Amino acid sequence: MTDILIRVLVGGFVVSLFSLIGDLLKPKSFAGLFGAAPSVALATITLTAIKEGHAYVAIEAYSMIWGAIAFFFYACVSTRILIRGKWSSLLVTTSALFIWGAASLGLWLALVR
Amino acid sequence: MKISINISELSRTHWYEYLSRFLFGGATTALAGIMAKRFGPGIGGLFLAFPAIFPATATLVESHERKKKQRRGGHGTLRGRKAAALDAAGASLGSFGLLVFAIVVWKLIDSIPVWATLLIATMAWLITAVCAWRIWKLC
Repeated sequence: MTDILIRVLVGGFVVSLFSLIGDLLKPKSFAGLFGAAPSVALATITLTAIKEGHAYVAIEAYSMIWGAIAFFFYACVSTRILIRGKWSSLLVTTSALFIWGAASLGLWLALVR
Repeated sequence: MKISINISELSRTHWYEYLSRFLFGGATTALAGIMAKRFGPGIGGLFLAFPAIFPATATLVESHERKKKQRRGGHGTLRGRKAAALDAAGASLGSFGLLVFAIVVWKLIDSIPVWATLLIATMAWLITAVCAWRIWKLC
């Protein structure tokens, strides 16, 4: 329980920090780079390394490669849909999370497992 | 195009928008840990690249741009969504940096301290993301 609470606090702080940096920057396309910041990884890797060891982190980082490729697909699909202007950002970016999930799991099952 | 810092953007963001980002980011980070515990580091690792910031940021960009246009008398919906699309295009370029971050951590974590690994990986993320954006702008 304590572990989860620490993750919530540290994760919330790191994600907020990166999104704040993104808010301040112009142009919008450059600020968008911070939407793909490794915030979750930065918040968890130190905790995981202390608790589970470096070998465990290496396995997680290897899987993260496939998650990052899935992120690319997710962001490209979101861009294509948003540019048409038919649906709201909230609807597009949250529904497209299924694309990220399917792509990351699909890549992992096909290439790693 | 020149990169600039716009401090006035901070005043446009409401406290509940900061809170929602904090809670969403915290929940995602906790979820990554829970998934790793339940299904192992293979599945848990995928969540290290979960789009934790992007949905909240894109929604905020749309809302701010729409309001800006409405203050000038326009409708603003289309403008807001186009601005969010630009933010999304930036995020897709940033994902190259995310990929490099993962590779650096994977290769270095066993040989150097965690803090040094994260420092090098974060620098690699930033350099890759900025280079990808510069190349995109030149094309």
